[in-house]
Amino acid sequence: MRDAFLKGLTELAESDPSVVLITADLGFGVFEDFERRFPKQYLNVGVAEQNMTGVATGMALEGRVVFTYSIGNFPTLRCLEQIRNDACYHDVNVNVVACGGGFSYGALGMSHHATEDLSIMRSLPNVTVVAPSDSWEMYNATKAITLQRGVGYLRIDKAETGILPQENEKFTVGKARLLRGGSDFTIVGVGGIVVEGIAAADELAKEGINVRVISMHTIKPLDKKMILSAARETGGVLSLEENNVIGGLAGAIAEVCLENGVQPKKFIPMGIQDTYSAIVGSQQFLRSQYGLNKEKIIQNIKAIL
Amino acid sequence: MAMKELAKRIRLHALRMTHLGKSSHIGSVLSIADILAVLYGKVLEVSPDEPRLPTRDRFILSKGHSGAGVYAALAETGFFPVKDLDKHYQDGSQLSGHVSHKGIPGVELSTGSLGHGLSVAAGMALSAKLDEKNHKVYVLMSDGEWDEGSNWEAALFAAQFKLDNLVVIIDYNKLQSIKSIENTIGLEPFALKLKSFGADVMEIDGHSHQDLEDALLKGPVNNNKPICIIAHTTKGKGVSFMENNVLWHYRSPQGEEYKNAVKEIENQ
Repeated sequence: MRDAFLKGLTELAESDPSVVLITADLGFGVFEDFERRFPKQYLNVGVAEQNMTGVATGMALEGRVVFTYSIGNFPTLRCLEQIRNDACYHDVNVNVVACGGGFSYGALGMSHHATEDLSIMRSLPNVTVVAPSDSWEMYNATKAITLQRGVGYLRIDKAETGILPQENEKFTVGKARLLRGGSDFTIVGVGGIVVEGIAAADELAKEGINVRVISMHTIKPLDKKMILSAARETGGVLSLEENNVIGGLAGAIAEVCLENGVQPKKFIPMGIQDTYSAIVGSQQFLRSQYGLNKEKIIQNIKAIL
Repeated sequence: MAMKELAKRIRLHALRMTHLGKSSHIGSVLSIADILAVLYGKVLEVSPDEPRLPTRDRFILSKGHSGAGVYAALAETGFFPVKDLDKHYQDGSQLSGHVSHKGIPGVELSTGSLGHGLSVAAGMALSAKLDEKNHKVYVLMSDGEWDEGSNWEAALFAAQFKLDNLVVIIDYNKLQSIKSIENTIGLEPFALKLKSFGADVMEIDGHSHQDLEDALLKGPVNNNKPICIIAHTTKGKGVSFMENNVLWHYRSPQGEEYKNAVKEIENQ
């Protein structure tokens, strides 16, 4: 998925000399070619996320399209106030990129887990929040996010669905993708973890249970229509996020349904249950530890149907 | 307008604004009134007719709590009507207690939380370098603000990227929010620290218009190094009972105190 971001970014930089990538000293083995090709559009500010975001704002105020890059929650939480006061309030084209959503950096430990970023970034006014579920979405989102007003947030996951787009399929920020049709239940997922939703749906299909799967790659602005129709048309909604269940995708779905007086027959908010991981393990291992895998999804849906 | 007169008006406006708004930070504004007068009266290449002119100098007030002083300087130099200053801190107004760019021509950056201005200024300065533009970026900071680690990140960055078009002015009045700098988080040897971070540092009397003009216009000229002017100032400068008194970081001038303060400034 990171390669897809780099491909999108490279194309942007080629076509527009005002596009700049700023990294806070991460991306070894990733950005060397980019730096060589676009020396005036690449900046390593060192391990200093607050300054990175301030500098990005200054450059964007002067008309540049800026991407800031780091891993885990470093480019968001470490410099949240710079994102809020500087970038968002001044309505500039700064796009924050976090490589390693959720438990992507599993065994590196809690400090490297981005497990609240979706909730926190979603609560900031003037931010578009995108967490693609595959490389196709990531490539397109990278290009599209610069065209959104205000600040963008892009979350790069390690895992992905690998689902190929349909012929002539177009990516639109704020418009969810229907990955599997079905009316028995709906899985709405955000980010790379959608892969678990797809796996669960495919296995349930073998038993004659048809589950709709939606990649809600943009959780702000939210594709309300897609959520409401899933709530109305299917046997229930399961939200799936590698993020705290508070304030992220689950919260967004609940808000939309209540606001519109639409109650899903059942609602299963699957995410990290308001905790930090203190167990060592790979992304896959941590997903199983925190009940965020295919098996748990199947179990949850079967318990209801 | 002569800089002396401009400084006087900034002080009088700020007194009236904090009086009408019952707001804080008059001591901090009086501390920088002379710096603002020299900047807006002589140094900054800005135009009230075209506040967004690409070739303009950029000025950022990083110590946003002294916004009243910047609003006064902008109004007195024609960016918006002087009578609008009376809306400061009032319900429905855009002239907030901490400086805001929303709807205020001439303000480049809204600040208020300390430790933001220098990074943004550095980004602007780097942009100007990349675009081979000749304007300068000025940022006015407080001393207590240097407790914020983000400034030290930005100082390292400014030196590394050789931002000699960046002029940092530090209002060194040696008082912070509750006590003196020395008795809170000491900064000394301040000049030495900033020098060691790669800046071209000079120390001046922050109330001497001649010193300020010389420093801001003439130098130091040391290519490839950001310029840092430590302006030694007095918090509350110009009103005897406010000078060097931390109380006036918060206290709003009312009643006899307000009248006496105005009288003192008018008689200068």
